This record gives sequence, C-alpha cells and structure tokens, in this order.
Amino acid sequence: MTTLTMTFTLNGKQVSVSVDPVDRLLDTLRYQLALTGTKEGCGEGECGACTVHLDGLPVNSCLVPSYQVRGHRVDTIESLDPRALEPFERCGATQCGACTPGVVMTAWWIGQHADLLRTHTIRELMAGNLCRCTGYDGIVDSVAEALRETGGGRRET
Amino acid sequence: MKRREALTKLTGRERYVDDLPLEGFLWGMTVRSPAPRGRIAAIRFAKGVDWSQFVVVDHRDIPGPNVVALIEQDQPVLAADVVRHVHEPVLLLAHPSRDAVRRAVRSVEIVVAPEPATLDFRVSPDVLKHLKIEKGDVARALAQAPVVVSGTYETGAQEHVYLETQGMIAYLEGDVLVVKGSMQCPYYVVKALQHALARDESKVRVIQTPTGGGFGGKEEFPSHIALHAALLGLKSGRPVKLIYDRGEDMAATTKRHPALVRHRTGLTRDGRLLAQDIEVVIDGGAYVTLSPVVLSRAIIHAAGPYACDHVRIVGRAVFTNAVPFGAFRGFGAPQTQFAGERHMDVIAQTLALDAVELRRTNLLREGQTTATGQVISDGTDRVAVMERALELSGYRVKQRDHATFNATQATLRRGIGLATFYHGAGFTGGGEVALKSRLRVAGLPDGRVEVLSASIEMGQGTLTVFTELAAARLGLAPEDVTIAEADTARVPNSGPTVASRTTMIVGGLVERAADDLRRRAGLDDAAQGDAVKQAIRRWHRDHAGGTLVGEATYEKPPGIEWDDTTYRGDAYGAFAWAAYTAEVEVDLRTCATRVIDFVAVQEVGNVLNPTLARGQVQGGVVQGIGWALMEECKWRDGAMANNQLTNYLIPTSDDVPSIRVAFLENPYAHGAGGAKGLGELPIDGPAPAIVNAVARATGADPRVIPLTPERLMEIMEERADVRRPA
Amino acid sequence: MLPGSVPEALELLASDRAAIPIAGGTDVLVHWPIRLEAHDRTYVDLSPLDALRPLSWTADELVLGGLTTYWDVIQERRARDEFPLLAAAARQVGAIQIQARGTWAGNIVNASPAADGVPVLMAYDATVVLESRRGREEVPLDCFYSGYKEMQRRSDQLVVAIRIPRRRYSFQVFEKVGARRAQAIAKVGLAVTHSEAGWRVVAASVAPTIRRCRALERLLETGFGPQGPDDLFPAISQDVAPIDDIRSTASYRRRVMARLLFHGLREQWGRRA
Repeated sequence: MTTLTMTFTLNGKQVSVSVDPVDRLLDTLRYQLALTGTKEGCGEGECGACTVHLDGLPVNSCLVPSYQVRGHRVDTIESLDPRALEPFERCGATQCGACTPGVVMTAWWIGQHADLLRTHTIRELMAGNLCRCTGYDGIVDSVAEALRETGGGRRET
Repeated sequence: MKRREALTKLTGRERYVDDLPLEGFLWGMTVRSPAPRGRIAAIRFAKGVDWSQFVVVDHRDIPGPNVVALIEQDQPVLAADVVRHVHEPVLLLAHPSRDAVRRAVRSVEIVVAPEPATLDFRVSPDVLKHLKIEKGDVARALAQAPVVVSGTYETGAQEHVYLETQGMIAYLEGDVLVVKGSMQCPYYVVKALQHALARDESKVRVIQTPTGGGFGGKEEFPSHIALHAALLGLKSGRPVKLIYDRGEDMAATTKRHPALVRHRTGLTRDGRLLAQDIEVVIDGGAYVTLSPVVLSRAIIHAAGPYACDHVRIVGRAVFTNAVPFGAFRGFGAPQTQFAGERHMDVIAQTLALDAVELRRTNLLREGQTTATGQVISDGTDRVAVMERALELSGYRVKQRDHATFNATQATLRRGIGLATFYHGAGFTGGGEVALKSRLRVAGLPDGRVEVLSASIEMGQGTLTVFTELAAARLGLAPEDVTIAEADTARVPNSGPTVASRTTMIVGGLVERAADDLRRRAGLDDAAQGDAVKQAIRRWHRDHAGGTLVGEATYEKPPGIEWDDTTYRGDAYGAFAWAAYTAEVEVDLRTCATRVIDFVAVQEVGNVLNPTLARGQVQGGVVQGIGWALMEECKWRDGAMANNQLTNYLIPTSDDVPSIRVAFLENPYAHGAGGAKGLGELPIDGPAPAIVNAVARATGADPRVIPLTPERLMEIMEERADVRRPA
Repeated sequence: MLPGSVPEALELLASDRAAIPIAGGTDVLVHWPIRLEAHDRTYVDLSPLDALRPLSWTADELVLGGLTTYWDVIQERRARDEFPLLAAAARQVGAIQIQARGTWAGNIVNASPAADGVPVLMAYDATVVLESRRGREEVPLDCFYSGYKEMQRRSDQLVVAIRIPRRRYSFQVFEKVGARRAQAIAKVGLAVTHSEAGWRVVAASVAPTIRRCRALERLLETGFGPQGPDDLFPAISQDVAPIDDIRSTASYRRRVMARLLFHGLREQWGRRA
C-alpha cells in the first residue's frame, strides 16, 4: 500500500487526506492538517498528551495508524467550546500547558460520562494523562468542579 | 488573577516550538558516541545512502571555539577526537524528511577506541570542585560531645520529564542568526551562540517559545541544541528544526546530580546539636556544566534549618564518564536535605527521642546563625510552621491510630513522617550582583504598558505575576499590561529563569521599572490608574515616534555580605521555611509504599497569587514523591538504560493523594510584593518526610532513595535475616 | 493491506506469511517513529472487521470477539458480574486511552510474559479460536504458549474469538503488582480461581510465558497448609522462573508471588477440594 486517500469526520466536518501507511494519526493531525493542539509527549502511549476522541472514546493518537480512521469520527482539542473551560482556568488545571490539551480531552469525555464515577474515581480515569507541573490537584479539582456545575458526579479529592 | 494564558493553553492554541509553521525547513538530528570514553578512531558512513542529500556537520564546521560556553569552557559543541560519555554529540545531520534523517543517523558509525571509563562517583578520584564551610571547632566539639550519631545517605539521579521535549529552530534573517525554542535562559543561549559561532551580539537573536516545562532541564542544555540547529542552518542556508524524541531526551540530556552524604553529629543526650560534620559528594558526569554551583547550594543547605555552633561541611563534585548532570529544581538542596532530615529521625531513633521534639529543640530561633554564619532575623516563627503542619496533618492522633492499625493488620503498615527544611531564594552570595539583572517597562502610545524581561514562562506563572505586579504598582487593570515575548532583540537581560528568583528578584525590578516609567511620564510616585494611562498617552502625543521606557537594574538589599573565599556570610537574601508531613501505607506483601496524605506548610513571604503558589507547591511535592519512591535511573555505561516513560516512572494522578497546602505569611521587605522565592522549596521536603514515614511504618531504616519496593524489601529481609537464628 | 471482510483478511494472511495483523495498535505502534525496521513490514488492518468486535453470550459461554476491547468488557454489566476478574484486569491495563483501543486477542498474540489480559483469561479456562483459510482451530489458552514469544498460532491464522466457559466460581482473585497504580507493566501478575473444574493459579511476569502453576494448584487441591509465604517457595520454583530485568528482580518477584498467594488464599489453604 502506498499512499491512501481517505475520508473521515474531523471535528464534525468531512475531511479528505492522503496518508502514508506509516503515518500516525498524531502526525496527520499535527503536520498535515496543521492542527497542532494535539501534542506529542512520548510516542509510546504513556503520557496521554496526544489524546483525541476516536468515535467518542479517548485514545492516544500516537498509537493510531492514520489509515484506521477512514470512515470514523475524530474530535480534537480544537473542537472544544472554550466557555466550558472556565472551571479549568479557575482551579489551576494548567501550568506549562504541554499536557493540557490531552488532559482536557480526557476530562471532557469524563464530563460526558459522569455515570462512570459510580465505578471509577476521577484520579483513576485521569491516570493516562501525565502531568509534571501541577501535581494533579488542579486538574482533579477542575474536573470535579466542571462536573458539579453540569450537575453530574460527586465531589471528590 | 487567573493565569493569564490559561485559556490559550486549555484550548490547545498555545504554540510550542514544534507547533510553529516553518517554510522549507530541514529536520536536524544528532549522531552520538556509543562509548563512555575513548578516542574517535573512525566515522563510517554506510554505503547505499545518498549522502549528498544530507547536510553533515562536524566539529570542523564550528567557526569559533568548539566550546559550549557556561561556567567553564570544557564541554565541546561536538566531540572532535575524544568522547567522554555515551551519547556525546559527534555529528549533526539534516534533511527535509524526518524519516530520512532518522534512518541516516542509524547509518553512521562512530568507531571509538575505548578507554577505561569511570562510572562510580563514590570512588572517582577526579575532583571538579571542592568547597568547604566551617563554623566553630567541629573536631573538638565532636570529641567532647556526650553522644555521636553517624549516618550515610544516598540519593539517585532524577530525570525532568518536562512534557514538551527539548527543541530548537534556527534560521538566518539577513545576516542575523535567529534561534527560537524551548528554554529557560535566552541570554545563556545568546552567549553560547556568540562564543562558538564567533558572532557579534548584534548578529544573534534568541527568542524563547512557550516552554512546556523546564524544572532546570532547560537551563543550560538548550544552548547545545541551539548551537546544533544553528550550525546546520548556517551550513545549509535553510531553516533547521531539531526536536528531541522522548527517548533521546531522557538518555542524552542532563539529570539531577546523584549524591552521597555522610553525617557525624554530636549532641547532648536530650538532643541539642553540638557539632555537625558533613561530607557531600556529587556526581558531575563528564563535564563541569553547573556542578560547582549545585555543590555550593548543596553544602549551604546541608546542615538544615537548625542552630549549631560547630559545623564543618566538606563537599566535592567529581568527574565520571556519565552523561553530564545539571540543574534540576532544588539544585543540590534536595539531596543534602534528604540526608539531613532522614538523619534527624535516625538521631531521634538512636537516642530514643521524639522526632518532633528533636526538631523543636534545634530549629533556628530569631538571632541565631546558620552554618555560614548568617544571622537569621526575618521574624518567622519556624516552630510555628512546624506546629501548623502537625496540626493540619493530625500528626499525633495519626501516630496513635497507626500503632493500633499496625498491630491489627496482617499485611498493611502505616506511618507518618516529618521534614523541616528551608530554601534560599535567588543566586547564592554575590551571584545576583554579578548577574546585574535589568528590566524595562515601556509605556505604549495607547496608554498600556509593556514589561520587557528575559524571564520566561514555563508554567510557574511569570506572565501572570509580572502582570499583577505591574498592574498593582501603577493601578492599572491586567488588560492594560502586556508582557513582551522573551526576544533578545527587544528585552534586556533580567537573568536566567532559575533559582526561585523570578518573582522575588525580577518581580522587584518590574516594580521599580514601573516607578521609573511613571516618573519619566512626568508623574509623581502616587499616580495611579487612569492618570497613568493618560500621562503615557500625552507623552506619546508630545513625542511622536519616541520611546517611553522605565528601567531598573538589580540592587543588592542592604546588609547582605558574603565572602566567596571563606564561604561565610549571608548566602541568600531570604530563606523560605517549611515543614511537610507524609502519611504512608506500606503493603508488606509487595513492599510498595503509597502516600495516603500529605501536608505542606511553608512561609514564603507574601503569597502573591494563591492558586499559582499552591500549584507550585503541589507540583514540586509530587515530583518529590516520584523521586522518593519510583523514579529510578538505571545505568548502562553511564547512560540511562530505561529511557522510556514505560520504564522510568513518574507519578500518575492515581499515585498521589491530594496535596494539602498552607502558607504562613511573613512579608519579605526586599521581595516584590513582599514575596520570597518559592519554586524549588517544595521539592526539598517530600523525600525525607516519606522515608521517615516508611521507617515508622515498618521499623526498617532506609537511607537511600529511590526507595523502590525492591529496595525496601531487601532492607527488610536483611534485617529479618539478621534476627533469624543461625 | 485493508481487507473488507474476515475471509479477505484470511486470504491476505495466507498469501503473505510475513504480514502482521493489526487491531488497536497499542502494542504495534509503541515507539513507532524510532522503530524504523517496523515501518518496512506489511500489516493487515483488522479494524474495519466489525463482525469481530462484539462479545456474545450463550447458555454455556461468554465469547469475546477477535476485536473486543478491554473497554467493551468494562462496560458490559453481565461480564462484570459473572467474570469480575476480566473487568478487574481490564481496568489495570494502562489507562482509559489504552483500554479503549487494546483488544483481548491482541494481548494474547502479543505474547508478552507480562500481559494483563492473558492471566485472567487463562484462569477462566479460555479457549482461543483461530481461523485461517484452512479452517478453524481451537486451542486452550493454557496450551497456547510454548516458549518466550512462541505460540500456537501460524502466521496465516487470525484469532476470531475467545471462548470462556460459564461456571460458578467459589473463589476468584486477580493481583497485578506494578511500579505504580496505572500505566504500569506487571512485575508480578496472579490470577487465581476455583470452580467445580478445580483450582487455577496463573502467573505473569515470572517466567518466559504466562502459565498455569500446576504445583501450586496441586497444593491447593490437596489441602496443603503453609505456615508462611516461604513454604510456597518449593512449588513456586517448580512452576516459574523469575528473572532480573529492567523492571524488577528475580528475588523480589519470587517473594511477592509467595506473599500474594499466602495472604490472598488465607481462607483457602488447608482445605481439601
């Protein structure tokens, strides 16, 4: 297989790109589509800085071959409504910002599945997003606060 | 004030060096030494690669001296004849395709005729720096002390793991070399570029791009990458981008200095310190880098925040053939304070004293002096700081509860540990004077002001705090203050963004430059708000096309005297003081330690921005937890063998509890807004507090970090073996 | 290669013995940019083969599909109730981003001695269902591995299902010991179950393959009553062979395994089946 031209839904719109079989979704987003909001932190699926939503689930885009998203739905940080981020501003969720888009993508997904907090804690759900600056309280507080404001979830440390 | 760039970061719109659009650029990569020591015998380029497609740079392409200028001139930009550590840069390659240059790097063989390498710093004879602090007569005091307690402690290296790896872009704009990238110290990079490229300052322009974490790892190392990218750019005439892969970053860049610390302490039977005899050895790796300064800070903090009349601290930094060690948050103080605070508990245990009372007996009181003879008279009640930590953590109650818990649980043990410690802010001794930091605040035609400094934002809050300080000083709204990009073509040298100095010292320059601006706009010092804006606008109407700028240069606060030859006097303008408690639960089946509660109490002058300050403490504490329990560098030939995030583990959100933070405020007259430096203090305390807690929980006596489960199990098994009958 | 159906995928695998099936990519793509030799290989993309994704229930079995993910099982309430170790193990795989993409079948054929999914599947007596152009083959998981990274899968075969018999379990426990709570490779993994079919003790990260520990199972069957963890060392030495590696040491692994078994089966030791 040489280059493959494929179509997928990106941030709600149909997009067509030609990708190389060795391209990762992370590479296609950042270098081909100039959507640099998604970051590369490790290339091994450990840090979560590259988190995007694939068919509504948070995934590490550094581990997704680009050709696999043909016909599927991808949502990136660029599609987020900034107004939803006020609790994250207020509670200190970001410092250097390198982990932040990945953190926000996972947090956003948790916010849409608040029932998960019946079986999981926020800290467990965020454990795939490494942060070296905040010590995590600012992130966890932000998620809890955002859930509280949208009426879902319970307060937790 | 909320972090001013928060929304930009939260929405992914903040652009780091690898996010910047760049036309027609080449990807650069580095070819490195495979051996820890030896002579370069040959460089073989594989057949089957069209090398004419690549830009190839070696040491002969360096226009000036082959040296990365720092404290010493000992580290080459590119190795010429000899290599002194694995991963030492030898060649640089560039190509339009990142994949091609990756393959090309694999296709170059650096053949090294190996020589025996020194890899154990504990026995390396090669001293790169020797320092000594002496107070009173330690030999006599030890000889006369009723009790002497000895202990040897070790701390391991630590890798920064900033989430944004290192990277630079270099290109020519006319005859000016422009270098942009992730860095803490734009002017360090300028100096290195000028020196090795034999360029005049006017022909070098360095711009810091938003930096995704630094923690000291981007203090001196960026100069290397800047030079590498620049050399490739100059040779090719094209823009060059050089971004490190995570594995490369972890293996080839600096780490925290490993340390070995020996204590011999003389005391009275009721625990009053009579004599402290301390030996400190740190591993500098293959080149000097910043090791002399790390050693300096290490020994200055080695005796702890305690009063003692007789102190001798002897320190040495040694060369080995390890990848050179460098700056990391704390800069020597975490290492020696791990040793000192663990030793306090060992003393308490040995003398059957209470660990809290031992500290209460010895904590510096007003008017007492440190090991360097600095009189502490800042009005902070250090005992109250400790008491607050004990109170918030429920220390005494928990100790009792743990006794019951431990007696009834089959496989779990709990304990609570304490550390009391301190951290001097700013450069040591005469360092701030030597830096001669400068800063400007400009009045813009529309009445707003612009702060121009080389102090960068890497998540610690520079942009927000400088905005707050300027706004408060001039009575402006935050929207009326803008912070200039750290572009050396525009901003003066306000010194490096290190040493917990940015708020306290450089922030003070913001305030004074704002005052100067106000005066130049024809106002008196009381003018605020609209009056200021109007005066600035009026000035511009009266001086069309002119520049209205207030300036400030660092002035040493009165009463600070330091002697660099005797290492005596006032080491820092201000110390921040802290007491941390860690509550742990150890699973005896696995010897894994979990921190289940953590209280961090500190006095850092005035807290200018509670959310930012709390975030700094929590972030530093979690780095300390990682360093204490799970961050282990595994070495092969002096380089990191576990250079992947799968195998070098930093804490996830699920590995740490909520870090409970409290501040006691005691305004520092010579710090901006009454603040003291706070960035590094939080990483000095967690490791000893945790290890002290583990000792209590298990009865073991660990003296080395990281205290991995394997290490704790070994310690507990040895102890059990000793007690088992033959 | 992008097959549109399972038969097409099997054709492709039969025609190119070096082709590698790829599902979620959470093993194949790790460190992708620096693993240049991996770029030159041929991959068969399984991701569009929707028929392989769902799990299904029969009266006797839970059948995981060839593309069923960890997250699929975590979400499936009946699986949580009847096979709690599956959800327990799934939750400890990496983190949510990995659980959303990683497949049970992929975990099996990656054949890591430290795998997280394999121990619990093996403790539940799972059977691996392999399809190829030559037909269907079923291999019990506890016979699937023959050596380090060696398994009973020919290169033209695809794992299309994992069959798990439905039983009443009187005891089941899964322990994964990693260096931290999430995103950790197991230093020691243990899955222990008891049903009318007997005891299953499965260990990970302590041998070149994940395997049943027959000597330990015999101890449990015969009502052996250890006084302390050390009494399990002889059986452990028969069953596994832990090593020193970048993550841990042999002596640590051995001790941890003994302690987990001793304490975890506190109530079970000394009782005949």
